[in-house]
Amino acid sequence: MPKDIYTDFANTGFGRTLTKNLGLPQPARLRRHRPGQALARGPVVVLGATEASAALADRMLGWGLDVRRHIGPKEKVAAVVACFDSVSTPAQLSEVVLELGSLLKQLMPSGRVITVFRDPTGTRDPAVRAARSAVQGLTRSTAHEMRVGGTANGIVLADSLDASAPGAAGALRFLLSGRSAFVSGQFISVDTVNGALPQDWDQPLRDQVAVVTGAARGIGAAIARVLRRDGASVILVDIPAAGEQLAAVANEVSGTALQLDITALDAGERILAHAAQHYGRLDIVVHNAGITRDKLLANMDDSRWNSVIAVNIESQLRMNRAFLASELFNSDAHGGSGMGPRIVSLASTSGIAGNRGQTNYAASKAGVMGMVAATSAQMASRHGTINAVAPGFIETEMTAKIPFATREVARRLNSLNQGGLPVDVAETIAFLASPQAGGTSGLTLRVCGQNLVGA
Amino acid sequence: MSAQNVRDAVIIGGNRIPFARAHSAYATAGNQDMLTSTLNGLVARFGLQGQQLGTVAAGAVMKHSKNFNLTRESVLGTPLDPKTPAFDVQMACATGMEAIGSLANKIKLGQIDSAIGGGVDSISDAPIVVTDELRGILMEANRAKTLSQRLKALSKIRPGHLAPQAPGVNEPRTGLSMGEHMAITAHAWGITRAEQDELALASHKNLAAAYDRGFFDDLVTPFKGLSRDNNMRADSTLEKLGKLSPAFGRDLGEDATMTAANSTALTDGASAVLLGSEEWADAHDLPKLANFIDYEEGAVDFVDGAEGLLMAPAYAAARMLKRNNLSFEDFEYLEIHEAFASTVLAQIKAWESEEFCKNKLGLDASLGTIDRSRLNVNGSSLAAGHPFAATGGRIVASLAKELHGKPGKLGFISVCAAGGQGITAIIEGR
Repeated sequence: MPKDIYTDFANTGFGRTLTKNLGLPQPARLRRHRPGQALARGPVVVLGATEASAALADRMLGWGLDVRRHIGPKEKVAAVVACFDSVSTPAQLSEVVLELGSLLKQLMPSGRVITVFRDPTGTRDPAVRAARSAVQGLTRSTAHEMRVGGTANGIVLADSLDASAPGAAGALRFLLSGRSAFVSGQFISVDTVNGALPQDWDQPLRDQVAVVTGAARGIGAAIARVLRRDGASVILVDIPAAGEQLAAVANEVSGTALQLDITALDAGERILAHAAQHYGRLDIVVHNAGITRDKLLANMDDSRWNSVIAVNIESQLRMNRAFLASELFNSDAHGGSGMGPRIVSLASTSGIAGNRGQTNYAASKAGVMGMVAATSAQMASRHGTINAVAPGFIETEMTAKIPFATREVARRLNSLNQGGLPVDVAETIAFLASPQAGGTSGLTLRVCGQNLVGA
Repeated sequence: MSAQNVRDAVIIGGNRIPFARAHSAYATAGNQDMLTSTLNGLVARFGLQGQQLGTVAAGAVMKHSKNFNLTRESVLGTPLDPKTPAFDVQMACATGMEAIGSLANKIKLGQIDSAIGGGVDSISDAPIVVTDELRGILMEANRAKTLSQRLKALSKIRPGHLAPQAPGVNEPRTGLSMGEHMAITAHAWGITRAEQDELALASHKNLAAAYDRGFFDDLVTPFKGLSRDNNMRADSTLEKLGKLSPAFGRDLGEDATMTAANSTALTDGASAVLLGSEEWADAHDLPKLANFIDYEEGAVDFVDGAEGLLMAPAYAAARMLKRNNLSFEDFEYLEIHEAFASTVLAQIKAWESEEFCKNKLGLDASLGTIDRSRLNVNGSSLAAGHPFAATGGRIVASLAKELHGKPGKLGFISVCAAGGQGITAIIEGR
């Protein structure tokens, strides 16, 4: 993984002064999740006298947080939860928005702003929809204005969803925690009351069995580690040629290594057979394996185009058909866990915004997002979910190969002024795979530090 | 099928690193590196991290004296519970088979519930030692009590003593290389160049086909950037093989048949096989590929020429088949280690020969005919290479996988070894 020397320097005493005086980006050290870590380092202020604000405040009190409705002008604030779930016209936003604004300077490093509102597409009333959409705009802009590692994100509740649904609590806790360190300017929609809150928030995946493709290195290895840390047993899949590294990661996470080319026609069946033999169940599938074969479209050849499509999207479609045809991948039917199966796929910001030289890659990743949206209904029939995660600039072996100057620019082009780490992507995947995310499906969630590309 | 009053020893699976021609991909890896990596791959494949196994047995033919505890030291380098005992085995090229067979017996007897057997060898990191003369002088100096005694001892060193000594590959009692021995046997059995080249070609084709259909996906874990055996020549042809000059038995002139292509190359590599009782496999949710039914060691008197150096499996097989009331027609697959193509062909001719079976093996008739389409179906040592002690593990794991899903079908294994020895074995699919 490349070293981010600039961020190291900017976090020294002299570096802080110099970057500030020169008006240079000031990337902060992000507060990332550690097991046992406090959810918030200080008071959490809840704004807005709404149904959701009552439900979420109760929830946070239950977590032992210092929840306030008002706070003194000198006190530091860990997070602000601004609830707009009752707005019916844009004019009604101002009270909570201005209160939120007055608190921004009191936010601690890696502070959090979380807006809560109803799904704009859930209404036909122009004023209501305008008000709800306005919250999206103000959330994104707030994210751009956050300082020292702070993030701003939104929770979008379905029109008639009870705000005490487990999915709302799960999203709130994820956004408050260090697990969402590199997620900013994003929205987590909670559509159903499905899901369950874990008994132990440090082990939400206890007794679950997960398969991760492309697990030998980089983001895939980080996903395996985080899923293991959160309590899951992990099946690690990668191509046979990557077997030595795959075995090392498998041994690190006490998982099992399955050497398999996911483009094989029976890849899904072989994963199911392995899971059946070694674990007797399969609860979580993480489609992480992917390749890039960059070339301008004018120079594209069939092997570059076809291999990217085959690995990045066709294989996932084929494997999902096998999983969805299998009773093994139906943890809801097994009972016990109280959650249905989960699929999480890796998309990319290239799939959202496009990227020069990546027609093949962007096609495949946009395809992933389409697949996720369309598979959601099938997963719902087993009370399961499917979602995608779109990483922005992540510090990996792959991005280390980008020329220095290009890499340095790419790193800073987001609201957090730094590249994300593989663990940031892994944390979001682990969240979407968790029982507490059961209300969220069909979503593509970006882990990009609010990258300017693909907004 | 075994009527003995013992429990089954189950072959759960195996792992090996790709085999590499000597002084190629693994030139800088030692035996312990290769064996540790192989065990790590096995642990990862079956999720054995932190588990205490009954015993791990493995060995190397070419072994540094510093690796006196090679297998135990390798186990300590894996995520296995460090309370897992281990011991080294050495029976030349049959080391791996002896390790696996003896562990299977321990499981059958209920002494242990789980085990790993295997082997490793490195030609590239062969133990080069000092001459006997120099070692004698150095030991004398070590025993010396005074400086003058020590200097007196050391003064005996002559330049000639300083030449490094590579481990011998020739039979100590005949001075002949294994290939020269085999050339004598091949000539005696009238084995032709064409037969040998065909067998070598089939080995490469079968191995390449097995790789291409993913057969080795759960049998091999890459090492040092190598993901397939680098001795394998998928594009070889009989024409190419036919152009090679004889490498052994050249004093036979026109009758010399053994070339570099129909003899195994010197190779580096390692293999391991996971064994367990049925109960242990079930309790750990592990697959049960095959049962290890029986095995037999054999040896021949080759020193005075009464029998060929590599013919011991012919005799071991006769005893083993008789004990199990079987003939060669009873086997679904046969794995005969290709030390040389002619080794395989000589053994087959012997078993099919009524004369040999009657006169040498003391049987009433021949041991049956051997269906060549069932022989070494996923390639063997001529293609994969033959890191001496690692060959047994390669064969057992591959054959067990091939027999998996064919309950009751039998597989036969023959591995010859230096010193006129050899091992044969029977495994049964499940």
